Amino acid sequence: MTQQGVRWTAEQVLALAPDSASRRAGSELGAAGAWSGAGSSGEGTVWGLCKGSGSDPYRTVVDIADASGPAYTCECPSRRFPCEHALGLLLLWAGDDAAVPRGRAPEWADEWIAGRRARTARQRAAQTPGSPPGPADPEAARRRAERRAERITAGAAELEQRLADLLRGGLASAERSGYGLWEETAARMVDAQAQGLAARVRELGALPGSGPGWPVRLLEECALLHLLGRGWQRRERLPEGLAATVRSRVGLPASADGPPVRDRWLVLAQYDTADSRLTTRRTWLYGTESERTALLLSYGAAGRAPELALPVGLALDAELSAYPGAGQPRASLGDRFGPAAPTTVRPPGTTTARALARYGDALRDDPWLEAVPVTLDRVIPTQDGDGWQLADADEDTALPLTPAARSRPGLWRLIAVSGGAPVRVFGECGHQGFTPLAAWPQGPGEAVPLC
Amino acid sequence: MSRTTAAAAPSLPDAWEELVTTALLGTDRRTPAGTAPGPRAPLALLDAAALATVRRRAGLRPAPAGERPRPAPEDRRPPLPPAAARRLTMLLADRSGTSGGGRRGTAPDLMELLPQWLAVANAHGYAAPPESLPALLDAARGRTDLRPAALRLAGPRALWLARLNPDWRFALRSTPGGGTSVPGPHDTDGIRQLWQEGLFAERVALLAALRSREPAAARALLATTWAAERAEDRLMFLDSLRAGLGPDDEPFLEQALADRSRNVRATAAELLSSLPGSALADRMAVRAGACVAVDHTGDTPTIAVEAPHACDAGMERDGVVAKAPAGRGERSWWLGQLVEAAPLDSWSRRLGGRTPQEIVALPVADDWQGELHAAWCRAAVRQRNAPWSRALLGEPSAPEAGGPGAVSLAERAQLLGTLEADERAEWVAGFIETHGLSEAFQLLGVCAVPWAAPVGRAVVDALNIARDAGSYPWSFSGVMGLAERCLDPSESGRLDALLAIPDEPENASPGAGGYWSEAFQRLVTTLRLRAAMLTELTPPGP
Repeated sequence: MTQQGVRWTAEQVLALAPDSASRRAGSELGAAGAWSGAGSSGEGTVWGLCKGSGSDPYRTVVDIADASGPAYTCECPSRRFPCEHALGLLLLWAGDDAAVPRGRAPEWADEWIAGRRARTARQRAAQTPGSPPGPADPEAARRRAERRAERITAGAAELEQRLADLLRGGLASAERSGYGLWEETAARMVDAQAQGLAARVRELGALPGSGPGWPVRLLEECALLHLLGRGWQRRERLPEGLAATVRSRVGLPASADGPPVRDRWLVLAQYDTADSRLTTRRTWLYGTESERTALLLSYGAAGRAPELALPVGLALDAELSAYPGAGQPRASLGDRFGPAAPTTVRPPGTTTARALARYGDALRDDPWLEAVPVTLDRVIPTQDGDGWQLADADEDTALPLTPAARSRPGLWRLIAVSGGAPVRVFGECGHQGFTPLAAWPQGPGEAVPLC
Repeated sequence: MSRTTAAAAPSLPDAWEELVTTALLGTDRRTPAGTAPGPRAPLALLDAAALATVRRRAGLRPAPAGERPRPAPEDRRPPLPPAAARRLTMLLADRSGTSGGGRRGTAPDLMELLPQWLAVANAHGYAAPPESLPALLDAARGRTDLRPAALRLAGPRALWLARLNPDWRFALRSTPGGGTSVPGPHDTDGIRQLWQEGLFAERVALLAALRSREPAAARALLATTWAAERAEDRLMFLDSLRAGLGPDDEPFLEQALADRSRNVRATAAELLSSLPGSALADRMAVRAGACVAVDHTGDTPTIAVEAPHACDAGMERDGVVAKAPAGRGERSWWLGQLVEAAPLDSWSRRLGGRTPQEIVALPVADDWQGELHAAWCRAAVRQRNAPWSRALLGEPSAPEAGGPGAVSLAERAQLLGTLEADERAEWVAGFIETHGLSEAFQLLGVCAVPWAAPVGRAVVDALNIARDAGSYPWSFSGVMGLAERCLDPSESGRLDALLAIPDEPENASPGAGGYWSEAFQRLVTTLRLRAAMLTELTPPGP
């Protein structure tokens, strides 16, 4: 393989698209006719001129060398990001060597790249230790943190009161009281700057009357919310790891200050969840040497794809720093030491029983944990009544799929890849069941994304 | 709770049920076990519930495994080359987006290329990658024209998959035997059993498969149950004899002429009449010959027509429909049927040893020309008679769009279908050179894909002329779309000169030049894409 690494696959490019319309527009532009003067440089720059509706073609440049994900610029007026021209250019580059030959970047592309890289370098320098970290006045910052903690404590106390009222009157009444009461409580938690509590309260509000078994789910969530409030109130007395988990669950910001771990990180899965405010992108990585599984979170405003896009199925040589909190998989991506490359490494797998045991163990460090990342080996997708489960090929045990996983198209890709034979599956394993995110066929073959 | 995994401690479920009940009713009505009533009771309940929740989650055990599915049958076909597999993903991903009306711009229409891609991939004998099967099945579900090719590429694993998902049941229906394979050629018992016990669709598929292997065996199988079949089933089964029809089928078909059902009789007669040596064909030749003769009394030899005066029982038995449709004269109706069913080769003898060309060129007396020539056209198509088709088509460059005036575009397209691909291409190219593109769409549809060089050249030249004439490209959007799909990709080089925006001639429609450039650009882009697709599908060298 060359120093410049491999070209991406079309799927990797399409994963960058903010929505299906851009995906489509991009794939239409991913053909040679629309482009002139396209090329790519060994330093990870791709450029081209795309004929648009105007008289002058748009100049489009993509920088794929940056560690924090590709960067784009285009002269088109589109407000989508990346625009269809950037996507089309990358598709062209991914699909056809001849259409995007290696070469020297033209001046207009070089200028933008140079300016951008200088900017990022300055930002990096500003963040590295040695330059004064954080705000100028540590005393003022401490006072602000204290005030915030007091507000959260007051909010937690108020929340405790609301939960107690609810339990006194009985959950049966919650179905009647409606969603408004919970929205109001959530708003109070936002005022108290406890975003984590607010999010949990909002979810609580959606539970009453949400199908069979809702009282059980509501009691569980109330109890866990109560536990979190209690944890906050007594955080001084908790072991440091658990205290950090409580702080981050309540909603205090933390920074990834763990020591950087360099490894060849295999990109296992990447998927977005969205609410009315925010798109959250989760990327699961597996360190082929450290054997650690890590989670990257990135955010975008509603309707925009988060910027971080890593190619699923490839491995990248990079440094990761963990966020604080015992047993937390979250990390942040630091320096990358080269473009992503194909790998035949697969994460080692386990049985369904051990996967559940791993979730049980993880609850010790974080009782609020919904699921843990697990790779199952030699499991067969098996029909179970109306649902599906992953059954061990060699034992008589199985993990049911979560209700959400049952309605995703990825389920059918998983079943197709298996064809009734044992496969290896990476996913999230928790109290609701298993959510498959990537699968490897029995024979040789690349990871198949399921999300 | 509907959790399929069971909690660990045996005593826990009871304690948990108790907590849930108390929580539902409220601590005002029911005191949690082990606590004193009062203001602290709700908090004690929450404490206990938190402990129990985490405990329940930590103690989850796997569920018992259900019955494992039977493994999918092995697919021994070679996998797609990686680039082609990626292309398939892109072609399928575009499926959802083709709804937009709007202007098409310069980008190719990917979905339109899928049928071609599937055909080439199948010709190479590739198997689709398993992970692409759901998208492939969804595409085939939405477009019935894609089904045969998509299901072939998808292979046995797709049928295995279709049994698990009701959305894809169509795949089982559209595959012979619902996925259970048609019995092999030597499995006589299997064939007999499927024929006697199978569903109607399975039996039709079996008969078709057998007919393509051993025509006589298929006919013999049909004969075993013929008398007991329902009329509409007899019709369908009889129709499957159309494939591989030969003189050996005549006795069976003759017997079907006496069938109870009129539709069965008519189909039998139609099949017999396309066997030029059959007794029915001879009878029809005699009947038709009695109506048509060359009259030498005038200055030039002329065809005189004396249509039949009655439709007798013998004619009816041979498939002639006695009752004319509303608005048509009985006698001309009968004549048309007789001429259509008479073997064309019999006319030369009947009409003074003339060639088809000479016969078609003869004047016809008393306005019978239209009726007579139309019947000959139908006969030429039914009997797949190339010399007669050639004669009836005439010269492509002739005025009046060539050939005798009675021949419509649709009839010409059918006549062209009986000619060899090369001759067809030459004729269509000649037609376009003389008459332009406005009437060529239907004729282009019968040309083999990719278009032979003469057709491609003629279409490109004609588009160029249309552009210079200043009309808008969308007047030719049908032909443009066809050209994108059918033009030989190697022609794209000849199009480069057309990509520029031309100087607008006087009288041109405003802005047309730009639109033409855009349309040609899309054409070239699509051709390049097709060329790339074909290269990707070429198997790697040994």
